Order: sequence, then structure tokens, then C-alpha cells
Amino acid sequence: MTGAALPRRPGLRERLARRGLDGTTLLVLPAALAILALFVYPFIEGLVLSFLPKQGGPLANYAKFFGDPYLWKTIPTTLGLAIPATLANIALSVPVALRVRRMKRQRLLTTILVIPITLGTVLVAEGLLNYLGPQGWLNRTLMALHLIDRPVRLVHNYWGVLWSLVIAGFPFTFLLTLSYVSGIDPNLERAAATLGAGPRARFRTVLLPLMASGLAITFCLSFVQAFAVYPSAVLVGAPAGSTRVISIAAFQAAYEVYDDSLASSIAMIMAAIQLVIVVLVLAGRSLFYRGPAGGGKG
Amino acid sequence: MTQNRTSMLDRIWILAVWTFVGFFILNLAAIVGAVAVNSVATRWLGTWLPKAYTWHWYADAWSEFQLGNILTVTFEVVGAVVLLSGLLGVPAAYALSRRDFPGKKAVMLLFLLPLLVPPMTIGIPLATVLYRFGLGGTIWGVILANLVPSLPFVILITIPFIDQIDQRVEQAARVFGANTLRLFTHVLVPLLTPGILAALLLVLVRTIAMFELTFLTSGPTSQTLVVALYYAVSAAGVRAGQSVDAMAMIYMVTTLVWLVIALRFVNPTQIVGRQAAARD
Repeated sequence: MTGAALPRRPGLRERLARRGLDGTTLLVLPAALAILALFVYPFIEGLVLSFLPKQGGPLANYAKFFGDPYLWKTIPTTLGLAIPATLANIALSVPVALRVRRMKRQRLLTTILVIPITLGTVLVAEGLLNYLGPQGWLNRTLMALHLIDRPVRLVHNYWGVLWSLVIAGFPFTFLLTLSYVSGIDPNLERAAATLGAGPRARFRTVLLPLMASGLAITFCLSFVQAFAVYPSAVLVGAPAGSTRVISIAAFQAAYEVYDDSLASSIAMIMAAIQLVIVVLVLAGRSLFYRGPAGGGKG
Repeated sequence: MTQNRTSMLDRIWILAVWTFVGFFILNLAAIVGAVAVNSVATRWLGTWLPKAYTWHWYADAWSEFQLGNILTVTFEVVGAVVLLSGLLGVPAAYALSRRDFPGKKAVMLLFLLPLLVPPMTIGIPLATVLYRFGLGGTIWGVILANLVPSLPFVILITIPFIDQIDQRVEQAARVFGANTLRLFTHVLVPLLTPGILAALLLVLVRTIAMFELTFLTSGPTSQTLVVALYYAVSAAGVRAGQSVDAMAMIYMVTTLVWLVIALRFVNPTQIVGRQAAARD
């Protein structure tokens, strides 16, 4: 044919495909549009609304938040709950996941551990009120063992909320970690063992680098859940005192004071804190290896 | 495994791990057990177990809280959210895993953000917008609100699974003339089934337990079970504690039935490990 003799300019379709734009790429559109409509648009609305306070200049809401200790102190309170809970959940999940992935019969254990996820913080809070209360089984057991003389106050304070975050959050973190750990081909570890690496060396040089990417995502997902703590902070915490988290401040502004503008401002402050922490974690993730964790024998 | 000479330290470590698991499960059982026992107690004060038992709190809770309507709404919301997030999310995850296109980073960020922003944050402005469009307080408003975390969650969870599928398998299918649709139905979906099911399962349980978004966007006729339970618990003292616990038990049984059904088809944690084991 003559095609070889006369260099033809490639068509638009071909040029787009070379840049990665073809029918397959368009599959991303429906999901992207849904998120634009349901997340980005309301978020921009909220941001605009936060600069239109009921009274005062554009920044009046933010000045109010950071000028009032009753409002700004919710930030350290929330971080003080969310960060320890998330770190504890990850620190507990990794060793358990590394054990459990070798088990032949994981089903019973994972079924039990998935239960608190389906229960959610509301039910866990109700259970904790019964279980950790002054007449609850835990206080009774400790008294029967003569470890304490009188019931210890375990709910309606900081610890009640922290327990609820661990009880509801650990299984979620664990399941995610386990799914990442299970994706690592055991042959890679066997190869390391053949070369004489002990368990600790295998963990440090083989497993941890392969898990790092997944663990970073797990941390972000778990932290978001813990940071948004609301029901248990109200039900098993001290919502007017030591567990007055930022969600409570936002909710009160929106549904008790009916100040949508101030509520939006608090929501934006929450988002900013989240972003700072998550960006730090994901920036750290890019330092690690990212690629197939399966073997190369396809 | 081939380690016969497990050191003492390792054994202590293994023991510690299992002790923790046992302790966690024990506490979990006690938390659930306390609710269960209280829900059938006539009166329970100052003893290990109540003196007498009754079932009547369940009938009380069912009629008091109108649980029939609430259960219907819950199932409708969860079903719609799982279906929509799967249909939209899996194709998007495939495109993001396989193609490099201009603006891909921006699209990835678009899907990451809803997971990084707490539900309470987006819930307040989203509720404002939904009310403006007449969807606030309706079941569709609740479904749309629940898509915000669910859809990106499916995408984010599915991408690593697609990354792990060898591209050459797809190229082979393409060489033999498969179009994108056939590629999906004959090659990708079968290979991805564990990943998709795991993602959807997590979405399912997350949506049942998703309190904040439903709480902020639902009205009296579009409450799911968990929101109704929250109102019941926070109004403690208005109704008998046993009645609230009976409702908590109904919520628990409902969610556990879903979970057990789902786990019959997939173990969410064997996902890729099972394939590796089958290959050996």
C-alpha cells in the first residue's frame, strides 16, 4: 500500500489515546461527576457560607472560633482522642494481621472481629455504658479480684470515649491491614528466609516496605473515623467537658444555635486540620516502594 | 512453616498477640452480653445477673420506636448505596489503575478528599444543599449523602487489586479481540471478584453503621436504625433502659444477619491470599 511511503498525520482519536485518553479513561467520568455534585459543590457552598457570617466582616466566624477557648479548645481535645486511638489500632493490627494471615481457618476470628464494625459506635457506646458502668461487669470483676475497693469511673469521661474508639476502630483497621498483608506473596518472605533473614529482619526489610503504602492509607481512613467521633463523645463521654470534641461544637452551631455560617466555619476548620495530617502521611508514603506485591510468575 | 527452632522471645511474642486477641474478644462479648442480658431483664440492679427475665421489652420497643418502618428504610438505603457505589466505583478504579492521562492526579485527589474529610464536616454543608434541592430529610437525600464516603472507598480499595492483576492477561484478551465490555465481564470481574466483594462488603457494613451523615441528612421518615438507636440512647431516662437495649439487640441482629450472609460468599480477609494458596 501507499501508507508507508506517505507519512500520514494520526487522527484525533489516536493522538488522544497516546496521551492516555480513550474509551477506558471515560469510565472514570460517572464517579467523578457524582463526587463533584455531592462533595465538591456542597463543600464550596460551605466555604462561601463560612465567610458570610450573621454579623461582622468576612472573617468574623473564624475570629470568634479562635478567640473563644470554649470553641478552639475542641481541637486539642479531638486530636488527643483521635491520634492515640488510631496509633493504638494500627500498632495492634499489624502483629495480629501478620499472625492471622498464616492461619488456615481465619473465618471464625475475622467474623468475630468484624462484629464491632457492624455494630458501630452508637451500639458500642450503649454496651459500654452497661459494661463499664459502676454496677457493670468490669467493675464487679475488679472488685471481686480485690484490685479496687469501690467502682472506678470508666464512662462519662475521656477513657470511655477512647475505649469506644478502640473497640469500634480496631477491627476496621485490622481488616484493612489484613487485606494488604494477604496481598503480599508469601514466596517473597520464604525467599528472604532462605537467604538467612530472621523474623525481625524479614519484617523490617520485606514486609514493612511492602505494607507501608497500605498502612498509610489505613492510617488515613482510621484517623478520619476517629476524628469525626460524635456519638460516643456524647453518649459515653463528657460532652460539656473533657470530651467536647469539635464535632459537638459544629453540631451545636448548626442544629442548636441555627447559625449555619458558624457551623460551616467550624466544618472548614475541621477539614483543614484533617488535610494537614493526611497530606503529611501521604507525602511520607511516596518515599516507600509502590508496585505489585505478588510474585512475578503470573 | 519450616521454623523448628522458634526462639523463646518469639513464643512470648506469639503468646502476647493471642492474649490480646482473646482479651479483645472477651471484652467485646461482655459489651454485647451486657446489652443482651439487660434487654430481657425485668429489673437489674446491683447483682451479677438480673433476678427474673422477660421478653416483653422487645414488643414494647417494636411498637414504641416503629421499627418496621425504620427497618424498611434501612434496607432501602443500604441496598441503593452498595449498588450505586459498585456500579460507579469499579469502572472508575479500573480506569485509574490502567491509564495515565492528563489530570489524573487531580481526579485521584477528587476521590481521596471525601475519605480524608470527616463525615461531620461534609455532612453539615451537604445537608444545607440537599435541603435547598428538596432532598433533605428524604430517603434519596440519605442515599446520596452515604455515597460520598462509599464511592471513593470502593475505588480506593479496588485500585490495589487491579494493580496486582498482570497487565499481560488483559493484553492477551485484547489481542484476541475482546472489547472493553467483554474484557470486564470475562477477564476482570472474575479475577477481581474477591476484591470487589470485599470492597462492597466494607461499604455495606459501613453504611449500616454510618451514623453521622444519615443523622445530619435524615428526617423523621428517613431515619435508619442506627440513627433511631442514637435518639433512643441519648433520650435515656425517657424510656426504660431495657426497651432501648431491646432495640439495640434488634439493630445488632439485623446487621449481623447481613454480615453472616456476606461472609458465606467471601471471607473479606483471604482476598488475595487464597489465590496465592491455590496457585501453590
